[in-house]
Amino acid sequence: MATPGHAPRSSPERLVSTYLGMPGVPPKPAAEPLDPLRWGPTFPEAARGTLGDAQLRTNLRRATRTIRDKRVAVTAELPDWEALRDAGAAIKADAMERLPELLEQLEVTVTARGGTVHWARDAAEANRIVTDLVRAAGAREVVKVKSMATQEIGLNEHLEAEGIAAHETDLAELIVQLAGDRPSHILVPAIHRNRDEIRDVFRTRMPDAPAGLTNEPAALAMAARAHLRALFLRADVAISGANLAIAGTGTVAVVESEGNGRMCLTLPRTLVTVMGIEKVLPDFRDLEVFLQLLPRSSTGERMNPYTTMWTGVTPGDGPQDFHLVLLDNGRTRALADEIGRQALHCIRCSACLNVCPVYERTGGHAYGSVYPGPIGAILTPQLLGLDDADEATASLPFASTLCGACYDACPVKIDIPTALVHLRDRALHDGAPRRPTAAGAAMGAAAAVLSSGPRFRWALRASALAGRVLGGRRVRRLPWPGSLWTAGRDLPALPVRSFRDAWARARRTDGRGRP
Amino acid sequence: MRIALFTTCLVDGLFPHAAAATVRLLERLGHEVVVPPGQACCGQMHVNSGYPAQAEPVVRNHVRAFWPVVAGEWDAVVAPSGSCVGSTRHQQARVARQAGDERLAVAAERVAARTYELSELLVDVLGVTDVGAWFPHTVTYHPTCHSLRMLRVGDRPTRLLGQVDGLRLVDLPDADQCCGFGGTFALKNSATSVAMVSDKADCVQASGAEVVTAGDWSCLMNIDGALSRRGAGVRAVHLAEILAATRGEPWRPPGTRPAAARSAS
Repeated sequence: MATPGHAPRSSPERLVSTYLGMPGVPPKPAAEPLDPLRWGPTFPEAARGTLGDAQLRTNLRRATRTIRDKRVAVTAELPDWEALRDAGAAIKADAMERLPELLEQLEVTVTARGGTVHWARDAAEANRIVTDLVRAAGAREVVKVKSMATQEIGLNEHLEAEGIAAHETDLAELIVQLAGDRPSHILVPAIHRNRDEIRDVFRTRMPDAPAGLTNEPAALAMAARAHLRALFLRADVAISGANLAIAGTGTVAVVESEGNGRMCLTLPRTLVTVMGIEKVLPDFRDLEVFLQLLPRSSTGERMNPYTTMWTGVTPGDGPQDFHLVLLDNGRTRALADEIGRQALHCIRCSACLNVCPVYERTGGHAYGSVYPGPIGAILTPQLLGLDDADEATASLPFASTLCGACYDACPVKIDIPTALVHLRDRALHDGAPRRPTAAGAAMGAAAAVLSSGPRFRWALRASALAGRVLGGRRVRRLPWPGSLWTAGRDLPALPVRSFRDAWARARRTDGRGRP
Repeated sequence: MRIALFTTCLVDGLFPHAAAATVRLLERLGHEVVVPPGQACCGQMHVNSGYPAQAEPVVRNHVRAFWPVVAGEWDAVVAPSGSCVGSTRHQQARVARQAGDERLAVAAERVAARTYELSELLVDVLGVTDVGAWFPHTVTYHPTCHSLRMLRVGDRPTRLLGQVDGLRLVDLPDADQCCGFGGTFALKNSATSVAMVSDKADCVQASGAEVVTAGDWSCLMNIDGALSRRGAGVRAVHLAEILAATRGEPWRPPGTRPAAARSAS
């Protein structure tokens, strides 16, 4: 059934591949999103659902804590870690300052080495460019390297609608794709699934899964390996994202753990890379900084197992046809916001997700976006624009306690708490004047009271009066909106006198100014 | 020293005993405490809720109320709150600049430069860790997020607690995890907030402490509310209240004697 922001699962291919009367692993989320960048209800509403998923809470708690501990260990061992973070932040800030110049330089260097550069203003343009390139290569199927940019634009769904099968080859992305899920983590997209569920997904949705497949991680990995090998060997076209690209040399790089990306990036004849424009770095030497920051922050490893770099086309070695699609899709809009643009510094390590106490409890699907967690809460609304943001998008910057753990963990020092607070203001006040809200009126009244000592004193007297009526009893239940507090917490016992009144009284009585 | 008390709106209205304890403690250490009557709030709630324009008059009032510290009338400003001090340091000037008032921004920065959270004032400015307190209870300390990550108070609070006579300090599991308060987050994202504070309350109970303390009543109010709801029998007491307690004037639950009578006696 369709719910707002969701499309009914109507595509025949999907129905066949997903529901063959097999024992159920229902997809998460239940309905396929229309827009991978923002789907589903508001964050609080979605969180109410995911908070009740005990299995999800257990998986997340275990997984995020494990990665968190590994990250702390491998970042603490570097004496110059803080200097590396500063360098990363400075290089990114510089790149954003002169983004147009660097992108044009990248186009020149990639072209000079035999690649072709395409410019895509939005998801629709990027999807059309990629589809045309796949068609031109005469292919009906493609293999894919794990990529956030292609998730963001819904490339797989678009290709499927155009009659082209896109096979995810990252193990976790494969699980997500077979299950009909949406990723719930940037690095660990199937973090919401446990191994029993993965076995069931493989058994029911992977045609070449071995009989008697168990839930042993090694058995599951071998089943996926055999499945993927066949795809690698027959695919003519690969589609990837990019972790970074070097304007000075035209080099594009993918950083990964499994080697499946390396297969895609070297075996097929044609390679199409979709890259957000913010991924460009000025010089080759900048790799020194980011190839240290990324693996240590991301998987908690000193070095990632596979770093694939390619510069245009090399005759007789690797893909002979290389296309780089530079994707804007709201990035220049984000660039216009002096505080919010920091979100474009993100290198998609997901350290902020792993330390976020909100993410740990709600999981990624509550954010209703391919970009969940703290970085998603500041990136998604900016990519979509806040002028006439819907309620669901506008709820994202509020999905944080501002505890600051994300800022401390970020390898490029994105000040996420400050950006969140700034985007809250924009979410409430950007664009056409809004209808007055009760919260807005309350904030206006509070400002009047809290901007004057005498006015505040009178407000405190009203509260003290309530304190006298209650006589030290603690309120356990309030009507809405107080019920939002008393849902899980008692109110404090209200005092019978504010501090300032006690102080004034005491000063009158004892003359020493002591309450 | 002459020290101005930045009471904070929350403590003024809901937890006056924490302000009274701060006064008592500083006077015991030989300092003079003044309470500027014009003060109200630092503006943090408005900023964090997305209303920086409405925060501007609140910030202006705060800066006006505490300006004498810049003029030299007082030596320092102290607040029994890490998050309100954090707001003066990291938000007020930004609010003023966004409103186009550079003069207010600079004034806010100058006041903020002389504004300290209680443990900072004691350890860094006054140079004491043993304040002569007596508190014969098992205590666990929750480092509030803004004390921990915005102010970086580090081990100052636990160094102070470590010197309190009779006090047994026990570790809080997952101490650095947020309690889920987050100001209006506790209401806007009530379900998530309650899930977080339930975990925090579990950790407090697992610590075996009779008392949980912190430098902010805002977070303590959240933790205490959850503990009270489950009838945990663990009490929340502000750091200032522990440090103010002595054998002669031991800690008493708020409301058992009026705040005024307690410290004027």
